[in-house]
Amino acid sequence: MSTQTIPSAVTPTLVARRRRGSNLPAGTRLRSMIAPYLFIFPGFVLYGLIMLYPTVQTVLLSFRDWQIAPGADSPWIGFDNYARAFADPVFLNSLVNAVVYTGVTVPLQIIIGLFLAVLLNSKLPGRVVFRVLFYLPVVTSWVVVSLLFRYIFSSDGGVANWFGHDVLHILTGDVAWFQGRWTALVAICALGVWKGVGWAMLIFLAALTGVPTELHEAAAIDGAGAFKRFWYVSLPMIRSSMAVVVILLIIGGFNVFISVLLMTGGGPGEETQVPLTYMYQQAFKFLDFGYGSSISFILTAIVLVISALQYWWTRRLARKAEN
Amino acid sequence: MVTSPRGRIVSYVVRYGILIVVAIVLVFPFIYMLSTSFKSRSFVLDFPPTLIPSDPTLNNYTTALGTENFFRYFVNSAAVAVVSTVLIVLLSSMMAYAFVRFRFPGRRLLLGLVIVGLTIPSMMLIIPQFLLARDLHLLNSLPGLVPFYVGTAIAFNTFLLSGFFETIPVELDEAMLIDGAGAWRRYWNLALPLSRPALATCAIFAFLGSWDEFVWALTVLNDTDSRTLPIAIALFQGQHSTSWGLVFAASIVAVVPVLLLYVIFQRYFVAGITSGALKS
Repeated sequence: MSTQTIPSAVTPTLVARRRRGSNLPAGTRLRSMIAPYLFIFPGFVLYGLIMLYPTVQTVLLSFRDWQIAPGADSPWIGFDNYARAFADPVFLNSLVNAVVYTGVTVPLQIIIGLFLAVLLNSKLPGRVVFRVLFYLPVVTSWVVVSLLFRYIFSSDGGVANWFGHDVLHILTGDVAWFQGRWTALVAICALGVWKGVGWAMLIFLAALTGVPTELHEAAAIDGAGAFKRFWYVSLPMIRSSMAVVVILLIIGGFNVFISVLLMTGGGPGEETQVPLTYMYQQAFKFLDFGYGSSISFILTAIVLVISALQYWWTRRLARKAEN
Repeated sequence: MVTSPRGRIVSYVVRYGILIVVAIVLVFPFIYMLSTSFKSRSFVLDFPPTLIPSDPTLNNYTTALGTENFFRYFVNSAAVAVVSTVLIVLLSSMMAYAFVRFRFPGRRLLLGLVIVGLTIPSMMLIIPQFLLARDLHLLNSLPGLVPFYVGTAIAFNTFLLSGFFETIPVELDEAMLIDGAGAWRRYWNLALPLSRPALATCAIFAFLGSWDEFVWALTVLNDTDSRTLPIAIALFQGQHSTSWGLVFAASIVAVVPVLLLYVIFQRYFVAGITSGALKS
């Protein structure tokens, strides 16, 4: 990353000062000193205003009983919003839903994505076509695919029901998918996996392309079958990509939002709420900005802790592998 | 590999078989959406579902684009996305250039703050951003979306472009410097032309990000005429829950530009996704 690798090469500005030194007119030297700030200024001001300032504000808001009316007094209430969240059955339930969603979709995306990447990582004619097709769901907007899956899983005339009882014969009648918590989660998870496998595949494919074929050939000569070669040769070499994919998918899983909002709206009742739909409801339906902010912050904290644990765990694995 | 010709054929058949089945599963929903968009209202919830409409019609498209105003929403989305894209690429590349080519007091601090932005989930900020938009009188304004789309995209694109600028030899800058070129000319006439592929990648992702953005637009826009495509589609479905043909005609209108971009600039997609993910 660019922070760690400040190149020792002499930069142009330094060269200019050294080579031409005092010959430079004072104006030019001043200009080259302020130039970087001028380059950074417009972008950074916008970034600071839209990203950094609201980050601080989220934390501050979460300690207030926020009143939406401009100028109204919003008293500081310490950790009350947080205490309320951890005593709120709907919020706790929304966390469970997010854990279920993450627990189901992340392993499936990784297993299927990795499997497809291995299949495509060979001189198969037409592999580019498959790669393009597999990635289609990833580039399509969440809004469109959420509505599409709502239609596919609709209780009257939905393809999912038809496929379930007329083709696979595993369903006995029409399932009202969005009328129950677990059936609704099945539809939501199906969408999550369908939309995400192409992304996992692409990252794994890029990583697998970096594994030298000589290693595979050597292992094959030693009599290793396809699975053994994958397990003992490829898998250890793509460990760092695997770590990145796991972290990013877990973050994405906990941040599931648009699909739930558009497929169930958190219903029936509040049963399929996830943290972000609940936060959005609290903030923009009930205008409880303080409580909404505390939910945002709890979610961010959970995700950061998981990422940190994951990072620490991969580092430890890597160190073990070296010894 | 040491396998018999017959074993090789079997392995090909198995692999293609699996790939084709997966491709069907992944592509089927799109085909189904396309087919539904050509069905008249009475056939949409036919049972068993049909893939080829028995009586195909373009009514859904003409109704969506005409009476339901989706042409206007298309123009709204396109305008916001184009302006945001230009600003994102320009401002991010300027920042990236300064971070890579200059050493100046405060560099590490500013760079650190930009990297912080890569780790903040954007949904976490929606409440204070809403209050900010209110205070800046940017609520319910289509142009008011632009600063928010640009501000949220800058960190990632700065990061992506820094990686690319680092690969441009410093000697080229030095040569121009000796010819008396100022910082702006070195950035504009040297760094940018040499970075066309990276800029293309950034531009594509910036465009798609703005084109597909849903939550922020949903939160700040009220006025019917200033809707962008994603919220227009979602709200339309909310109001006419069984007009699936119309919903999907409008969806196709929103998805086709994305798919065209994707198929044409496929290699930039791959470059952007893998470098973005692997560097972080």
